[in-house]
Amino acid sequence: MRGILSDRMGAALLMAPLLLFLVLAYAWPFLGVVKWSVTLPTPGLGQYGALATDPLVQSVFIRTLRIALIVTLVSVAAAYAITVVWVRGSPVQRVVAEFCILVPFWISVLTRAFGWVALLSNRGLINTWLQSIGFITEPLALVRNEFGVIVGMTHFLIPFAVFPLASAMRSLDDRVLLAARGLGSSRMRTFWSVFVPMTRSGIIGSALIVFVFSLGFFVTPAILGGGRSVMIAELIYLRIFQSPDWGLGAAISVVLVLFVGALMALLFRYVRPKQLV
Amino acid sequence: MPTYRPGPVSLILAVLVALFLLLPLLAVIPVSLTPSRMLAMPTGELSLRHYRALIEDPRWIDAILLSIRIGIVSSAISTVLALCFSLGVWMFQPRFTAALVGFVLLPMVVPPVVSAITLYFLLTSISGFSSFFGYDTWLGVAMAHSVMTVPFATVLILVSLSQLDRRIDLAARGLGASVWERATRIIMPNIKFGIVTAALLSFVLSWEEIGVTLFITSVNAITLPRLMWMGLRDNIDPAIAALSVILIIITVLVLAVRSVVARQRGGH
Repeated sequence: MRGILSDRMGAALLMAPLLLFLVLAYAWPFLGVVKWSVTLPTPGLGQYGALATDPLVQSVFIRTLRIALIVTLVSVAAAYAITVVWVRGSPVQRVVAEFCILVPFWISVLTRAFGWVALLSNRGLINTWLQSIGFITEPLALVRNEFGVIVGMTHFLIPFAVFPLASAMRSLDDRVLLAARGLGSSRMRTFWSVFVPMTRSGIIGSALIVFVFSLGFFVTPAILGGGRSVMIAELIYLRIFQSPDWGLGAAISVVLVLFVGALMALLFRYVRPKQLV
Repeated sequence: MPTYRPGPVSLILAVLVALFLLLPLLAVIPVSLTPSRMLAMPTGELSLRHYRALIEDPRWIDAILLSIRIGIVSSAISTVLALCFSLGVWMFQPRFTAALVGFVLLPMVVPPVVSAITLYFLLTSISGFSSFFGYDTWLGVAMAHSVMTVPFATVLILVSLSQLDRRIDLAARGLGASVWERATRIIMPNIKFGIVTAALLSFVLSWEEIGVTLFITSVNAITLPRLMWMGLRDNIDPAIAALSVILIIITVLVLAVRSVVARQRGGH
């Protein structure tokens, strides 16, 4: 009896500091944000009503969904191509692929966004080069628009898309592929009708991770969109700091959390957590 | 060892993706060497003036020192909290473990902008009582960074605990070791690699944190990413290119050393 009691005490003593910290510094202030959404500027659900009718907010929501969808498709496809080589290539190919995945992964989002500014802006590498060979006379608008945002976000998210794909490809049984080849299936056909279907769980996991991440993206769209291609996260920032309308900013945050929560629930329903790691 | 190798089409596609991934990192190198005061490609002569600006301009030095201080404090807080919590989970396996771990991981899965507005609410509320701890103070930023990094530290420590053999702990327990002795003399020495990794990752995440920092600082607590952000939004300052080159070189070196060390460990 005494043993059980002290076990409980021990567990409570060890786990309490972090739980208390997060309740006070995260859960409680989040409830405060929810309170803002229903009390500012006037009590009631007015801000949520405004969300549903405000054409600006709606256009930002639609743009965010559109960008997130495109970024998800491109990132997962690109990640698939490099993951195949990372997991199944020769030893040298693997080292090179790993380097190309991990170096960008560890470099900060600001440096990477800045790299794209250096490449895509009017006086950047690509426009300077195209003008010097006389291919164009006026610089192309590659940044401060939706194109720049999509390129930057895809670049940021490819490494995140790689990890679930890699674990799916690693657990795949080689003998199935060899059997398909042995039975006379071409490389292409083996890839499309055996390899890809067998990594389905990785594809779903990686697509959901990228999609969820892109919904709340802030830094890359703010820099590469240049204020012209505003996504949800930047809208929240603008509502809090530029046109102080804390109620609306808070209401958008609450909707975003609910939406992401629903997506995560879907993820855990269709993909067992083990298949993701 | 997989025997099914990627074919030529796969290789070509992978090379294209690899180029896409590396291109923006390479593009900052020529920009950092431009003699111009604005963002431009160098035409003809090269200059190191933007590297010199990093050393001579006190704003950059101050920001770097502040980021290091915040990184160390927040990494210490999040590593200690994550370690205690994970030890509790592993040693006692209490009921509702899954729910409690899920709660701890929330700041990792909630969209960063929502965490940012949440922490903004927290720190502006604290500012009402205290002037040195709250909105736009370095202690406030360190605490906010701990909230954001503690899920990552917890995951890393839980993973290294899951690879530990429970029988060592059972033996210590059977021989009469107290909870404190089991934790400090039996378990922690066996997961020290995981603890160090958790502390390092927390530091790196705090060092480059910008999404939350933007919401909770204005003029006093200017961390390095915050200063870079200011230089990126207004008139693009090529000193950022010089700084980026340095950060990229450090990253590449650290990864190279790590992979050499990992290879030697695997070789034994």
